Amino acid sequence: MSKNQEFVKFDKVDKSYDGKVLVVKDLNLDIAEGEFITMLGPSGSGKTTCLMMLAGFETPTNGEIYLDANPISNIPPHKRGIGMVFQNYALFPHMTVYENLAFPLKVRKISKEDIDKKVDKALSMVSLSGFENRMPAQLSGGQQQRVAVARALVFDPTVVLMDEPLGALDKNLRESMQYEIKHIHENIGVTVVYVTHDQSEALTMSNRIAVFNDGKVQQLSSPDKLYEEPVNSFVAEFIGENNTFGGEIIDLSNGTCKVQLSHGEIFANPISVKSKGDKTTVSIRPERALINPENKMDNNHSGTIEEVIYHGDHTRVRLNILGNSEFILKVPNSSKNLDIKLGNKINIGWNSQDARALDPK
Amino acid sequence: MSSETQQILTTDGIPLSVSLKKAERKNKIKAFLLVVPLLLFLIITYILPIGDMFMRSIDDKMVTNMLPKTFTAMEKWDGKEMPPEEVFAGFYTDFKILVKNKEHGKLAQRLNKEKNGFNSIIKKLFRQVQRNKIDEGQSIKEQIMKVHKRWRDVEYWQAIKRTAPPYTTAKYLKGVDMYYGPDGNILQVEEDRRIHRILWLRTLEIAFFVTLFSFLMGYPIAHLLATLPMKYSNLLMICVLLPFWTSLLVRTASWMILLQQQGIVNDFFVMIGLVADDNRPEMMYNKVGTYVAMTQILLPFMVLPLYSVMKTISPSLMRAGKSLGGTPFVAFWKIYFPLTIPGIGAGCLLVFILAIGYYITPALVGGASGTLISNQIAYHMKTTLDWSFASAMGLMLLTGVLVVYWVYNKLVGVDNIKLG
Repeated sequence: MSKNQEFVKFDKVDKSYDGKVLVVKDLNLDIAEGEFITMLGPSGSGKTTCLMMLAGFETPTNGEIYLDANPISNIPPHKRGIGMVFQNYALFPHMTVYENLAFPLKVRKISKEDIDKKVDKALSMVSLSGFENRMPAQLSGGQQQRVAVARALVFDPTVVLMDEPLGALDKNLRESMQYEIKHIHENIGVTVVYVTHDQSEALTMSNRIAVFNDGKVQQLSSPDKLYEEPVNSFVAEFIGENNTFGGEIIDLSNGTCKVQLSHGEIFANPISVKSKGDKTTVSIRPERALINPENKMDNNHSGTIEEVIYHGDHTRVRLNILGNSEFILKVPNSSKNLDIKLGNKINIGWNSQDARALDPK
Repeated sequence: MSSETQQILTTDGIPLSVSLKKAERKNKIKAFLLVVPLLLFLIITYILPIGDMFMRSIDDKMVTNMLPKTFTAMEKWDGKEMPPEEVFAGFYTDFKILVKNKEHGKLAQRLNKEKNGFNSIIKKLFRQVQRNKIDEGQSIKEQIMKVHKRWRDVEYWQAIKRTAPPYTTAKYLKGVDMYYGPDGNILQVEEDRRIHRILWLRTLEIAFFVTLFSFLMGYPIAHLLATLPMKYSNLLMICVLLPFWTSLLVRTASWMILLQQQGIVNDFFVMIGLVADDNRPEMMYNKVGTYVAMTQILLPFMVLPLYSVMKTISPSLMRAGKSLGGTPFVAFWKIYFPLTIPGIGAGCLLVFILAIGYYITPALVGGASGTLISNQIAYHMKTTLDWSFASAMGLMLLTGVLVVYWVYNKLVGVDNIKLG
């Protein structure tokens, strides 16, 4: 079965609210049918604006959005047939759960029996059968959230937009809801466009993630690629933890480069550096640096332990190494690593492949 | 651990529940004492005056106190034929005291209200008594009946008997253009004198339409206020509140300037050629003037509750309605409007109740066809000095407001009111 790879297409979309600042700049984004795509970024990065343009509550200043190859900029929101889950759920407080779910069906003039069937199905999908006659105020936050999801799906939309739907829930509930939404997506195969500023949410749920900053998509790729192979220092910084060294390229050959730091030299993987003399920021994930590496690694340096924070399953160690006193190590909690004491000197090493030389900050 | 509940004791051996109650009682008393000043204030300025008004409206003790012996004697009288000698004797005794105290005039006035013609026959009787023409040795009945032929008419004695009870509902009947007939039955006044019923209906009509107009105009304003950005909505809010800060009289007077025949509005109509210069419409001293001025003055009372309710409605609800497939109208009608009902209820109730008792504005711009029941009350307070009638009408107005409130409670529910 071939799926439409350009089911939703942002084509050179610009958006400005005041005519001075572009909130979204030259956005090109293709979303495949049935995909779970997340727009991730700090607040003010333009991700919610993109969602609102797709939903029809904002119009692009330039460019066009296509839904299944049809331009939709001139279609009002109620004719787009796009389901939406809002940040604060936006359940209608004067209607019961049943009436909330029946609303999109009633406006589509669906018969009473079909409405009953669809509402039943949608409620059982979010495991809320039997809550038909409750008012939204009588439900807990998680239940309200599920009703909102059910309402956005009950009229079988082709695309569902979710605008930070889990923002108001506590951590445990948020995690279980993440799985629940993911399973619903897998079961019914609807295209989901999800907006969040929570990176772990984005990493666990999405097929692909679009990292937004400054009105632009910085990187669009699958969660593992995004984490393992960030293409610029913003993405490296924003997704996961990250140790950085600022320096200058002094040698570039055979897929590795040598970087001159303020205290010493390291080998790195050149990603966005082109030539000798370029300024760069080298990014290393904390778990990629090992203590007393058994195998030979091409970067091997010693540092002083400045802080030890116990996290249960692992211990975070802050080192002063090569002039960087913010170097974080994640040490798994096993008996092997007993020499972690404040002030001790330890040897750590990493492969040059894992040290990515990116654009300078 | 045992599952049975043991009585928990405090350290000094008193059961915890007892000591808790004691502590709470102290707090309750303290809380009550804090409310006492307000409670007293309410009783003195609100409940007592209403009670006094009620007593005044049904009070009819004057004649009862003036003719005690007459009424005692009348208890045995069947009220159909001429009263017996004892009634006349009692009346004569009472009347002599009145003459001595120079109170017979009041009696004449009061009885004349009950039945026309008393004034002159009491004056006649007074002259006879003053000149000591009545011989107490002979039948007083015969002598009084000789004073004037009306004293021989049983209807006049029936009228006196009707004034016997110390309380009467006659003022309330008068408020709806009815009165007690000679046999104590309730009759309507003649058709061309039914002024109060017209006034009541007009008051209701004007209150209803003023509420409607305020609602129709206030709803969009409140919506605008609730959705505009802060800097604009503040300015608009000041415009809405400005009437609050201006004296009622000044506002009404400015409407007079605007609406009069040579006024600005008429000038404008003539200028744009809507009406001919010699045919300027009458916009004041009639209902139009009352509607315009009252709607403008009462508009803030509609806008403020609506605004406070609309402010709490999240804009994402309308968006949700639209994204789920509702047209803007459906989203408004099914989602936004029902959520504003508490505000609509509060605003309409407030405006209606204020409008039903409105006084200054209709008095100034209302003219003959635009005056309301409150103007009639004021007229009886100030001009005829019939305070008991004014009280009766005031209470009828109060009852009307309570009925409106009750109906509203049945329809919408008072819990759904939100004043802000």
